[in-house]
Amino acid sequence: MSTAAQAPRTPTVVRGGEPEIAEGGRYLLDRQRLLGPLLLLPAVVYILALVGIPFVVAILYSFSDVTVGDQSIDWVGLKNFRDVIRNHTFQIALRNTFVFAIVSQVIVIILANILAQVLAADFHGKRVVRYLILLPWTTPIALSAIGWLWLLDNIYSPVDAVLRELHLLGPGTLWGPTRNMHWLAKPDLAQLSVLTVHVWRTLPLTTVILLAGLTSIPQDINDAAEIDGASYWRKLFYIRLPLLVPIAAVAVLYGIVFTFTDMTVVYILTGGGPVDRTQVLASWAFYKGIGGSNLSQGAAIALFLFPVLVGVAALMLRLARRTETS
Amino acid sequence: MATLSTTAEEAEERLAGAKRVGRRAVLYSVATFFTLFAALPFAWMVFTVFKQNTDLYNGKNNPFWYNDPPTLANVRLLFEKTNYQTFITNTLVVAFFVVIITLIGAVPAAYSLTRLAGRWGESLGIAIFLVYLIPPTLLFIPMSRVVAELGLRNTRWSMVVVYPTFTIPFCTWLLMGFFKSIPWDIEEQAMIDGYSRLGAIWRAVLPVSVPGILTVIVFSVALTMHEFVYALAFVSSSSQKTISIGVTTELIRGDVFFWQSLMAAAVIVAIPVALLYNFFLDRFIAGFTLGAVKG
Amino acid sequence: MATVETRGLTKQFGDGPPAVDGIDLASKDGEFLVLLGPSGCGKTTLLRMIGGLETPTAGDVLIGGRVVTGLPPRARKIAMVFQSYALYPHLTVYNNIAFPLKAQGVAKDEQRRKVEWASSLLGIEMLLHRKPRQLSGGQRQRVALARALVRDPTVFLLDEPLSNLDAQRRASARDELQRFQRNIGTTTIYVTHDQVEAMGMGDRIAVIEHGRVRQVGTPREIYDEPADTFVATFLGSPPMNLVPQNGLLLGFRPEHLVPAADSGNGAGDAAGFPFTVHREEYLGSERLLYGEIGETKAVARFPVTSPVVAEPGRTHDFAVARQHLKIFDAQSGLRTRGTA
Repeated sequence: MSTAAQAPRTPTVVRGGEPEIAEGGRYLLDRQRLLGPLLLLPAVVYILALVGIPFVVAILYSFSDVTVGDQSIDWVGLKNFRDVIRNHTFQIALRNTFVFAIVSQVIVIILANILAQVLAADFHGKRVVRYLILLPWTTPIALSAIGWLWLLDNIYSPVDAVLRELHLLGPGTLWGPTRNMHWLAKPDLAQLSVLTVHVWRTLPLTTVILLAGLTSIPQDINDAAEIDGASYWRKLFYIRLPLLVPIAAVAVLYGIVFTFTDMTVVYILTGGGPVDRTQVLASWAFYKGIGGSNLSQGAAIALFLFPVLVGVAALMLRLARRTETS
Repeated sequence: MATLSTTAEEAEERLAGAKRVGRRAVLYSVATFFTLFAALPFAWMVFTVFKQNTDLYNGKNNPFWYNDPPTLANVRLLFEKTNYQTFITNTLVVAFFVVIITLIGAVPAAYSLTRLAGRWGESLGIAIFLVYLIPPTLLFIPMSRVVAELGLRNTRWSMVVVYPTFTIPFCTWLLMGFFKSIPWDIEEQAMIDGYSRLGAIWRAVLPVSVPGILTVIVFSVALTMHEFVYALAFVSSSSQKTISIGVTTELIRGDVFFWQSLMAAAVIVAIPVALLYNFFLDRFIAGFTLGAVKG
Repeated sequence: MATVETRGLTKQFGDGPPAVDGIDLASKDGEFLVLLGPSGCGKTTLLRMIGGLETPTAGDVLIGGRVVTGLPPRARKIAMVFQSYALYPHLTVYNNIAFPLKAQGVAKDEQRRKVEWASSLLGIEMLLHRKPRQLSGGQRQRVALARALVRDPTVFLLDEPLSNLDAQRRASARDELQRFQRNIGTTTIYVTHDQVEAMGMGDRIAVIEHGRVRQVGTPREIYDEPADTFVATFLGSPPMNLVPQNGLLLGFRPEHLVPAADSGNGAGDAAGFPFTVHREEYLGSERLLYGEIGETKAVARFPVTSPVVAEPGRTHDFAVARQHLKIFDAQSGLRTRGTA
């Protein structure tokens, strides 16, 4: 019997002449219709004030000429958007934003499927393996990105040292003649590096979401397939993976949100360079708005993230509704 | 005939055994590969912490070995010659207040949405959760203006005020999942037993929700430590910085990198945060999957 | 001590049909009143409205003659035992029982005295320091009752309190619960879907279906003189036979369908039915004959000691004594005074 639904009813009329009259006020907080909104109020007010207002300010900024020096909001129409789109860096940043998000998530969903299958099995040292595999996600990205910065150092990169040992790098070798790859100094390699860090960072999240999906597949479905004589691969491709599709979609959406809107990796690893070649919308907005003091253009650039976020949110809602009805 | 069939069976058994061994081998090698991919950067960071300068910057040395004896000097430098301790203090202060604000906002909201809002609760809950997904990179510019208007520019209080904009939505959603698992009977019984609705929440619901509230505390702290963009946009004076921006902006001075101290600064914070996070991860995922998977 | 009364009590969830549809019901003081009905009939919603956990869409609840419709549960001086027993998992048995006393601000000594009194009454003194998860189902039930008892409620509300017990425990719990209620003499409203519980424990039973009260009466009245075909078929196992005849339904209990030869002194006192027997079921203490009267399925019941032999596959002459025939209107299902 559902107790959640509330029938419409005017607050009970307290009958005259009976002692309840005096008690009416005392029981005010017992009224669900009063208490419910009251308890919700602090959170909603906080969010509306500190997310809603900035959002409106973002839109005002993007249609005005606000700079750090001149905080007054003067209407300039679409000028900021026009300037931004005409800028050569915008095209690079836009392309990079999509490429980093999409390519990294394609790689991640494939790797995460493999990794989740492995982690679903029982083996010795699984707890330790799980902890280590999760490290890239559970560590603050700003700190782990510093690790990558050192790992990909122009001179002291251990990756280069290994390549030199394998005689792939150095004078007279395949990738020579220099002794270093200069991972973060060459445009292609810098893009590859950013991409790798995104894969490295979001792989654990996608994996554990898939893993949660895997373990929620009822054991009797697996057992039934087993009794029907299905092989491991048959079970994998006909039972486990199809059942994982909705949850995998959720995982990919999160991965996209986190990579699409990220600026930390780029900011720490390459600073957008070399020559803006690894710039993404988020980092470019930061350099323009905070670094370059052009608040209105920065706000305009950041707003380009919004449509994609709305799309992701809509998809997410559809998935949520589907899991609710199923 | 009999011997023949036995050997056939044996052969089949041996084949099955070999298959099993083969599968185990694949399992372990894949697990090893991914573990290395995930953990090697951290191993390299830890390894670097104890290197002496003369060792680290000598191109002729084997970089994978301590050619000079390992040293703690770099860690000492971090704590004695840099603002690292200030960063840690700031982070803890910010985290503490963020936790308080988050609890005040999220606990009543989550309760209201699961118990009092009827069928609107779930939808409203998802809407609030989506606010968590609004990235700092979308709003950091106007948010700096808001922070400035509040007179909190360039103080750690700016982060205290702004971080709950993502911790409250996330934790409300987490707690909703938690409250849903608590039977209605408990609080209704408390109301029958003589408490008001608020009394029932305080006396019966919250004591049973301790694990959920602990989860919320852990994630408020973790999310505070993870945040980078707002902090970078709001705070520029060293005395107000938290770890994530302090380490990246203060310990890297132009082209001068104190690599070993930098690595130490990152690892010392990263490993405990990761441990804490890891411990509560299942709850985190249960929230993330929008209830499609029961955690 | 108090009575409970509902006046036109109605509850509607959303747009669906009302869960409780204008129920007028009054308990007597100190009575054990059972609300009996199939699951989803509205009996639990009715109980929850009496307890104040659900706000009625219309109508009133009166406890002790006082309108309490708008009051929260705590202002009604009632105790309720939930199906799950709803023990507070974080509190010991002692603190569970003392919980309502703390709410009233009772002094510590008085709390202790009352907890000890209630726990000795229910024989759970040795459990006071345990946590609920360390208790068996039966022990939990007793803790819940003790907690209900300590606050001297004017009314006990019990929501299927035995359904979490296994079949064997249930029989003894039934006995315990009834003796307990007789002892304390507090008006008790008891919700169940189990007719054996209702018949065995209730002073009176209110049979509820689709949010309406079909009949209120003592167990004997309900069983012997059902007000309509729903009550007739809901109680009794197997249920009352209903045989259509001339636009009426003739109802009779399986134990009253006997071979014509045994059906009384004269033919005028009994109605004869040709009973085609299909199958015989042997249940240890009794035998059931399944078959048809005309086109209608019917059952006859005999004690195993009865010598009646009815060969399956044949039609036998059976009869029902007139005084055992209940006549219902075929359209409305209501009892009529007419004769067959």
